[in-house]
Amino acid sequence: MARLTLREAITAALREEMQRDETVFIMGEEVADWGGTYAVTKGFLEEFGERRVRDTPISEMVIGGAATGAAMAGLRPVAEFMTINFAFVAFDAIINHAAKVSYMFNGQFDCPVVFRAPGGGGKQLGATHSHTPDVIFAHFPGLKVVCPATPYDAKGLLKAAIRDNAPVMFIEPVPLYTSPKVRGEVPDDDYVVPIGVSDVKREGSDVTIVTYGEGLHVSLDAADELAKEGIEAEIIDLRTLQPLDMAPALESFKKTFKAVVVEFGHQTYGIGAEIVARIQEEAFDYLDAPVKRVAQFDVPAPYSGQLEKMALPNAEKVVAAVKEIL
Amino acid sequence: MDKETLLDWYRQMVLIRRFEEKADELYQLEGKIKGFLHLYIGQEAIAVGSIAARDPHDHVITAYRDHGHALAVGLDAKNVMAELMGKATGVSGGRGGSMHLASKELRFWGGYGIVGAHISLGAGLALAEKYRETDKAALCYFGEGATNIGYFHESLNLAGVWDLPILFICENNKYGMGTAVDKASANPSIAGKAKAYNIPAKTIDGMDIFEVYNETKKALDAIRKGKGPRLLEMMTYRYEGHSIGDRTRYRSKDELDEWRDEKDPIALLQNHLLTEHDVSEKELTQIQDEVDAEIEEAVAFSDESPLPEPDTLFDHIYPENGEVR
Repeated sequence: MARLTLREAITAALREEMQRDETVFIMGEEVADWGGTYAVTKGFLEEFGERRVRDTPISEMVIGGAATGAAMAGLRPVAEFMTINFAFVAFDAIINHAAKVSYMFNGQFDCPVVFRAPGGGGKQLGATHSHTPDVIFAHFPGLKVVCPATPYDAKGLLKAAIRDNAPVMFIEPVPLYTSPKVRGEVPDDDYVVPIGVSDVKREGSDVTIVTYGEGLHVSLDAADELAKEGIEAEIIDLRTLQPLDMAPALESFKKTFKAVVVEFGHQTYGIGAEIVARIQEEAFDYLDAPVKRVAQFDVPAPYSGQLEKMALPNAEKVVAAVKEIL
Repeated sequence: MDKETLLDWYRQMVLIRRFEEKADELYQLEGKIKGFLHLYIGQEAIAVGSIAARDPHDHVITAYRDHGHALAVGLDAKNVMAELMGKATGVSGGRGGSMHLASKELRFWGGYGIVGAHISLGAGLALAEKYRETDKAALCYFGEGATNIGYFHESLNLAGVWDLPILFICENNKYGMGTAVDKASANPSIAGKAKAYNIPAKTIDGMDIFEVYNETKKALDAIRKGKGPRLLEMMTYRYEGHSIGDRTRYRSKDELDEWRDEKDPIALLQNHLLTEHDVSEKELTQIQDEVDAEIEEAVAFSDESPLPEPDTLFDHIYPENGEVR
């Protein structure tokens, strides 16, 4: 057992899977010589050689497409988009190809590709480099979408993603990469966290907070604040956005009768909209109050730090949302 | 080239043409085929000649005009026709349709409907061979219209820097839908575009099956020796529209007549067989009759085949074994 940062956990998963399975390899911009722009694959070139750690040109379309083709032919590529913002350029390869080849050809082809995509805002990178666009990838059947919030989940989910025969979009919240607060226990032994299983991260009886990724940590902070006032929040970490496991959230809601959804993506048509819809469809009789959403405001990310912060969720906003419905 | 091989090529080309003529009829007269239907008539020498030159372990991947390639790799006309008719016995179980024929067993990775996208998948197939250090290659087909999209350029560039074992085959039929190549490409030479990426390339006659076969063979030999990617630009012509419903107002009837009457790939091979190989008219007629019977059988098979079962609607969204192994 070691205490790792989220980034160290991701690096450990990649290293162990490459050691375990010769068909696993890494391709992407700056993954080899540079060691990854976020240093996730630092030292991998020396350890695994240039056959298995492959720098690509700045060509997201072919990164997405060639990784898909190699996966269909039986390899297990981990293709890194330097940031999720650049995955937009590869949207067709991911959605029209990786996510469709199994169904379109009647199950003839597997597509065991992992698209690693560091994402999230709050770093003053401006409107085009600060997206949390997770929901749009989760909209399409055929692509699994995963977003871990703890080092334990990150390592276990990435291993599961690499071993999965379906294409997986593996979204990594950059603001959590090196956060000391997020650092956590990670077993040295091999383990996987199954894709498509939500998790209760904090137990409570007064309100259910449904969240994932960065939202988990904001929600945990909010729960600490609320606890000071005797309000116990139960926090559900979705971990996987597609396929979505609503069971723990619904179970919790049927106990608390109140819910808040916290996400770092934009509010309109967001993850929260889906969660709210599911709650009213599947637990209508338990509704005691409107289900609230705390999300990024519907505005392009401003450069100025003060403005950018205003647009993003934080613990205060979550506390306020909870108090509104209690 | 021995007579048996040439007669087999002839049979395959006639099969593709008759298959397409029948598909056209089933679409326009009988309404049994829906959606998009892109016919390969006129381009038969390319699929047949180049696929004849492949090793059976080489990969084949193409765009949406894929019936010819599907038949040339050896898929049964019955299952291809059934796919066009959306039947459960189709090569893609009725889930793919005309543009999405494939056979994993025959290493035919499909037809694809997004122009140029599959060129990047082809690079990935080649990467898998390079990674495994085999001597196998990928044959990647596309039209000249696909050479203006980013996928083409990114894939050629990647194949170049990674020395991928891929043969890019551009079937240059002069029109991307209705837009002539010189209106769409600042450099109308597709071979010229490949040279910009230091990929050896050649423009050849795509109506002449001997040239197609020989040049493909040569290119694949070089690729197998680790000499990196190659591109062949094969000049050809599609006699029908881009798809059903295209009345080809963008080109002249004279142009079509010139290609069809003077350069037809089947007529060229037929003449060669009659004059150089002592084949009789009767032998060729017999092949045509056999092909006609095969097509009739394919249609009957497809007619009688069941539609996909409703309870299969959600099957294969993820690969069968898509769980953690």
